[in-house]
Amino acid sequence: MELLRLAVVGSVDDGKSTLIGRLLFETGSLFEDQIAAVKKASKQNGCDLDFSLFTDGLKAEREQAITIDVAYRYFGTDKRRFIIVDTPGHVQYTRNMATGASRADAAVVLIDARYGLQQQTRRHAYLLRLLGIDRLAVAINKMDLVGFERARFESIKRDFEAFVAPLKFARVDFFPISASGGDNVCATSANTPWSETGTILQYLERVAPGSGSEGAPLRFPVQTVLRPHLDYRGFAGQLVAGSVKPGDEVLVLPAGRKAKVKAVDTYEGEVGRAVAPQSVTVRLTEEVDVSRGDVLVSVSEPATVARELEANLVWLSDAPLELAKPYLVKQGTRTTPAKVTALHGRVDLESLSEVPANSLSANDIGRVSVECSRPLVVDVYTRVRSTGAFIVIDPLSNATVAAGMVTRAAKTSGDVGAVTADERFTRLGHRGAVVRARDAAAATRLERRLFEAGIVAAVVATVEIASAFEKAGVVAVVVDSAAKELDVESLLTSLR
Amino acid sequence: MRGLSHIAELEAESIHIIREVAAEFQKPVMLYSIGKDSQVMLHLARKAFHPAPLPFPLLHVDTTWKFREMISFRDSYVKQMGHQLIVHTNHKAVADGINPFDTTSQKYTWAMKTQALLEVLAERGFDAAMGGARRDEERSRAKERVFSFRDKNGVWDPKNQRPELWSLYNARVDRGENMRVFPLSNWTELDVWNYVLTEKLPVVPLYFAAERPVVVRDGNLIMVDDERMRLKAGEKPVTKRVRFRTLGCYPLSGAIESSAKNVREIIEEMQASRASERQGRMIDHDEDASMELKKREGYF
Repeated sequence: MELLRLAVVGSVDDGKSTLIGRLLFETGSLFEDQIAAVKKASKQNGCDLDFSLFTDGLKAEREQAITIDVAYRYFGTDKRRFIIVDTPGHVQYTRNMATGASRADAAVVLIDARYGLQQQTRRHAYLLRLLGIDRLAVAINKMDLVGFERARFESIKRDFEAFVAPLKFARVDFFPISASGGDNVCATSANTPWSETGTILQYLERVAPGSGSEGAPLRFPVQTVLRPHLDYRGFAGQLVAGSVKPGDEVLVLPAGRKAKVKAVDTYEGEVGRAVAPQSVTVRLTEEVDVSRGDVLVSVSEPATVARELEANLVWLSDAPLELAKPYLVKQGTRTTPAKVTALHGRVDLESLSEVPANSLSANDIGRVSVECSRPLVVDVYTRVRSTGAFIVIDPLSNATVAAGMVTRAAKTSGDVGAVTADERFTRLGHRGAVVRARDAAAATRLERRLFEAGIVAAVVATVEIASAFEKAGVVAVVVDSAAKELDVESLLTSLR
Repeated sequence: MRGLSHIAELEAESIHIIREVAAEFQKPVMLYSIGKDSQVMLHLARKAFHPAPLPFPLLHVDTTWKFREMISFRDSYVKQMGHQLIVHTNHKAVADGINPFDTTSQKYTWAMKTQALLEVLAERGFDAAMGGARRDEERSRAKERVFSFRDKNGVWDPKNQRPELWSLYNARVDRGENMRVFPLSNWTELDVWNYVLTEKLPVVPLYFAAERPVVVRDGNLIMVDDERMRLKAGEKPVTKRVRFRTLGCYPLSGAIESSAKNVREIIEEMQASRASERQGRMIDHDEDASMELKKREGYF
C-alpha cells in the first residue's frame, strides 16, 4: 500500500476541519472514546456531532473555533494510506499553509457554495502551485445550504477554472459536497444526481501523486559519513530523486569528481538497487573526498553548482526581509551564509501579478536574488523539488524566516563549461525523455500530442539516437512493440 | 508513483530524521522509555548508522514506579545490544515523598517526568532529545513539529512553532535551549505494531495477555505489580487475563481485558477495537487539554 500526503486548504469557515473529521469518521479511523469526547463537547455547543472538533487540537483553537496551526491526521482505506495536513485559512497563517503544502502530493481546496471564490481561495491555489502541487480537487462545500443547486455549482466551477487557467495545473476536478451532511465525501449523494465526479474519497484513492520529481535523475545528498573501521567508508543519506545501483558512475558535487558506486548498503545487507525516497548508505570504489553537504548526482543529468540563485521566497517571519543582512540558507544537507542581494518584486495576492517592493513582510511572496558564501548543488524547483527547495534562517534569532524555491541557478565559476541539464530545462521549459510507443502510428500521434503541448519532441529510429536526444533535452519517441499504454497527462506532468 | 510501501517510506523518513539529528547537534540523546515505540525508534537508529554503532547514548527517565518487567527488559535488552544507557531519577522528589498515590497526577508527572527530564538534559548538556511520540496519539501532539524547539525553561510554545517545510529541519539552538525531535511523528499505532511484527522486534511481555493481579479503580484495571501498591478500603486484587496497550508507571496504567498473546493477535484485536490507546493513561485525563498543558511545561 502506498502513502499519499494530502493538503486540505480553504478560507476560514469553509469547513476544512469538518471535511477531515468526516473522512476520519467514515473510514473508521476514530476511536469510540474520541467520538464520545467530541459528542460531549458538541452537546455543549448545541449540536449532535460537530465533526470539526475531531481535528481542532489546541486550546486557543477550541476557544476561537478556528484552526491556528498545521495539524496532521492519519487514515487509511484498503487502497491507500493518507497523511492529511489540515492547514489554517486565516490570512495571518499563510506561512503555516505553506508549511503544510510543502510536502503534499495532492490537495483539496474548499469553497463555500454560498460565497463562491474568496481572496484566500485564490491565494491558496496560487501558493499550492508555487509549492509544486499540480493537481487539485476543488470541493464546493455546504451544497445543502444552496439546495444542491447545479447552476450554483457550475457557476463557481467556471469562476475557478477561469482564475486557475494561467496557473497551469495539470488537472483540476470539482466535487459538489456537504461535509456536515456527508454528501459526496465518502458516499455518493442522492442530492446531486447530476454530478459525475463521484466522491472525494474515490478521488483520493486514485489521484496520481504529482509532486513533480517522478523520473528525475539521481540526487543523493550526503547526511553523514559512516566510518566504523578503516575498511569501511559509507556515505549515508536519503535518495531524494532517481535511483542508484552498484556499478553506476556518479558525479560528486560541488567538487565535480566522477566516481563509481561499489555498493549500496542497508541494515539488511547490500541491495541491487535503491530508489527515492529510500534511506541507504553508498560506498564508492575510489577514495574520493566526500562529506556532509555534498551530493551524488547522475553524470548524464547533473545538478547545477551555484552560489547565485534566483528564487521565489515565501516570507515567514514577523521581522521583515532586509537586503544585505547576513542570513543562513539550508538546502539539502548543506547550510551556508547567504544574503538576499535583490528583491525583484512582490506578488500582489489580489491580482497575483508582480509589483515593485522594498521589503517582504510575513506571508508575502517575492522574487529575489540570493548570493551564497559556499556553492550549493541545486536544481530548478519545478524540476526536482528536494534540491530546488531551501529555507532561510536568521543566525541571531535562529528563526526560520523564509522558504525558497529556486527558479534559476547561475553556475559558479567564470568557466562556462558544458551545458547543464538545468540550463536546457530553463531554455526549453521541460526535460528530455525517451518514451516508447507500440507502433509507428502511435508514435506519430504521440509526437503530435507532445508538440501541441509545447514539448520539443521527435520520433527517432533507435534507442541510441533517443538517448542522445534525451541528453539534449528533447523528448524522443521510439517504436517498441512491447510498450505499455501511456498516460500522456502524467507524462506531461513529469516532463515539467 | 514512488513504488515504495507506506511503511518503507515512513522508515526512510525516520532514518533521515535520526541522521539529521546526529549530524546537526553537538550532543544528542535518544529517549528510551522501554515501550513499543521506543523499540521501533531504537531499531530505526541502528538502521540509520549500521554498520557503525549509535553515535548517541540512550536515556531512560525512571520514576521508580515502572513495572518490574519493564526494568528487567530494559537492562537485558540494552546490554544485549551493547548500547550506552543513562538512567535518571528525580531523587529529590522521591525523598520529598512524591508518589502516584498521595500526589495529584499533574504534580506527580511534573516532578517525576518533566522535571527529571529537564534536570538531566541540563546536567549533561544534551542539546537534542529524540522521543518516540507519534502525532496520532493525541490532539496537541498532532500539531507538533518533527523538530520541536524548547526554550531555556524547556517550554513549548504551540502558537509560535518554527515553520517546518519539506524535509529541511532547522536544528539551530542557543546554549541552554534544546530540541525535541520525533522521528516517528508520522507513524500510527498500527504502523508500529506491523513494524514490530515484520522486523521481529522484542517487546516487554506486558503487552501480551496473561493472568495478572488487578484491582478495578475508577473504571481502570490497575495491576498490583509490587508490595508498594496501596489498596483502598474494599479493594481486593483479582486475577484477570489482561494486557497493556501503553506502558508507564504501574499505578497509573490501565490494563485491558484481552486474550491477545502475540503481536499478530494484538494487531487483529486493535483492528477490531474501537478505543484509543491513550484511554488507559490516567495522566492524560486530568483535565481538558491536559497534554497540551503538560507539554507547555516541558513534558515530552
